[in-house]
Amino acid sequence: MLIRKCRFLVCLAAIVLTLSLTGCGGENKEPTAQEKSDSANLTGSGSSFVYPLLNQQIEEYRKNHPKISINYQSTGSGAGIKQVSEQTIDFGATDGPMTDEQLKSAKGGNLLHIPLTLGAVAVTYNLPSTPKELKISPAVLADIFLGKITNWNDKRIVDDNPGVALPDLQITVAHRSDGSGTTYIFSDYLSTISPEWGEKVGKGTSLNWPAGIGGKGNSGVAGVIQQTSGSIGYLELAYAVQNNLTYALMKNKEGKWTAPSLQTTSAAAAAATIPEDMRVSIVNAPGAEAYPIAGFAWALIYQNQTDKAKGTALVNFINWAIHDGQALSEGLHYAKLPANLVSREEGMLKTITFEGEPLLK
Amino acid sequence: MSKKLRFKTSLGDQFLRLVTFLMAFSVLVLMAWMGWQMFDAARPSIHTFGIGFITSRVWDPVKEQFGALPFIYGTLMTSLLALLLAAPIGLGVAIFLNEMAESKFRAVIGFLVEMLAAIPSVVYGLWGIFVLAPWLRETVEPGLAKWLGFIPLFQGTPVGFGMLAGGLILAMMILPTIAAISREVMASVPNMQREAALALGATKWEMIKVAVLPYAKTGIMGGIMLGLGRALGETMAVTMVIGNRPDILPSLFAPAYSMAAVIANEFTEATYDLYLSALVEIGFILFGITLVLNFLARLLVWSVARGPKGGNLV
Repeated sequence: MLIRKCRFLVCLAAIVLTLSLTGCGGENKEPTAQEKSDSANLTGSGSSFVYPLLNQQIEEYRKNHPKISINYQSTGSGAGIKQVSEQTIDFGATDGPMTDEQLKSAKGGNLLHIPLTLGAVAVTYNLPSTPKELKISPAVLADIFLGKITNWNDKRIVDDNPGVALPDLQITVAHRSDGSGTTYIFSDYLSTISPEWGEKVGKGTSLNWPAGIGGKGNSGVAGVIQQTSGSIGYLELAYAVQNNLTYALMKNKEGKWTAPSLQTTSAAAAAATIPEDMRVSIVNAPGAEAYPIAGFAWALIYQNQTDKAKGTALVNFINWAIHDGQALSEGLHYAKLPANLVSREEGMLKTITFEGEPLLK
Repeated sequence: MSKKLRFKTSLGDQFLRLVTFLMAFSVLVLMAWMGWQMFDAARPSIHTFGIGFITSRVWDPVKEQFGALPFIYGTLMTSLLALLLAAPIGLGVAIFLNEMAESKFRAVIGFLVEMLAAIPSVVYGLWGIFVLAPWLRETVEPGLAKWLGFIPLFQGTPVGFGMLAGGLILAMMILPTIAAISREVMASVPNMQREAALALGATKWEMIKVAVLPYAKTGIMGGIMLGLGRALGETMAVTMVIGNRPDILPSLFAPAYSMAAVIANEFTEATYDLYLSALVEIGFILFGITLVLNFLARLLVWSVARGPKGGNLV
């Protein structure tokens, strides 16, 4: 019995030793200077909205650059902003631009907002007769979410939709219970077109909603809408499309009824005036084809990088993401960045330096 | 025993005592440390809102106004509802399994009830969204409104998502805990007690009422308190069906919000310090409520345990 035990232990020790030695074998050669500067480990976190696209882009980028490993976690825009300010991550991503105070408290100096993609917020609803492309005008939308219009056959909704039979059904509003960039874009739009909303509720990632039920995440809201007849809510366009939910037409600034789509979203960005630092809201944008409820998602990168390898890898990746990486957008229902914006972003990337020297060649 | 051996045993025992004491003490230290850290992080919010935090009903992150009352109400109401539903049913399950069922039923049903505890919280939540909420909206709530609509508790439009859904989901989650513990405790009642009652001419129910339940009551109450503890802290399943609306409304059909749910929902997007510390303060209040309720439960159990171990037949 004792001999058997000893023999077993010796065998086990031998196996463990062999495995550890085989692990050692591969790392005997010294990495060359070139290889060292090419490899980097980047960490990022933030907006859950960009997560599907960013994830795909990272996978695609890795195919040609196996030594660059990028890890992005979908923790929410707020967490992304906080972490990048504390410099615990290399880059952040957010749907709501940082405020001046937040920028001031960023520890690494000047933080750049680099638009990664565009998203549209669709107003989705669930009605028994499923009328497609219901028209909801801005004031009506605000009043529905303020809880002032409570029935689907209210005169104001009927007036906007001649010929559509609207039932005598109570409106159940669905909104996000968790903090979200989608909420930010939607409330930004409502604040712009409704002074009452702007005063009573305001815009932000988490709000004091006057009416309605909160669902957790885009999927939670989609669940509430799918299960509740007579419900109305707002969702990321991708979710609305993937769940086959009917969405409403919105009246844009020019007075034209537009549906949320990739084209109308890109039109919103193309027509909007975008300032130097790219921190802009493009809701209710001018332009005949523009969809009024759209917004950017930005990457947050420090202008002054502290690690050459990481900084180089980061600017190269973002540069790729805004050019070739945009090819992945359509498949995932994100809108492409307009060309004139991309060239401006490249200009911004070129201002990122390490010890005074620009990193993007 | 030689003197040398006796000394050795004594030292080992002392060492054992020291080690186990440290382990027990470390649990206390951990709890105190947690409480202190939370209090520390909640300080900005405590400083800004003071005691008004517990009485204010406004939760507005945009205007920086925070109040915990809707969440405290939501947590306590859903837990109370869950207890009212789960305690009698859990007790009933335990009585059935222990006293009535034949052994082949006992094993299967007992196993299935305990499996309910193994289902993950999120799965309960998903089931709640896709099965429970529609059922409540279509069948249960209109029925309650029709028959009991004169009570304010059952007034209002049925949406499915709301306080009632939250309470029901929690009841299902704590049922296995209460059932399992009650079962164990009732099984440990000595058979002599049962036989004595039966010998005196008691019927089956009288035997249970007189010989088993009084003997087991402290244990059963302990089980109920354990269930309550789980109900107070349950997050995912509740947030998926409760409607997530920080409002105090009289109807059970109306949406509500619980403390654990608001922390889970808003923590990652709390973009400024006051917001974050308000959420931590809610966590601290939840911590405090759990401790207080458990303490009261202990008191209750202790006072009940001091009574006689048997009931009266007549």
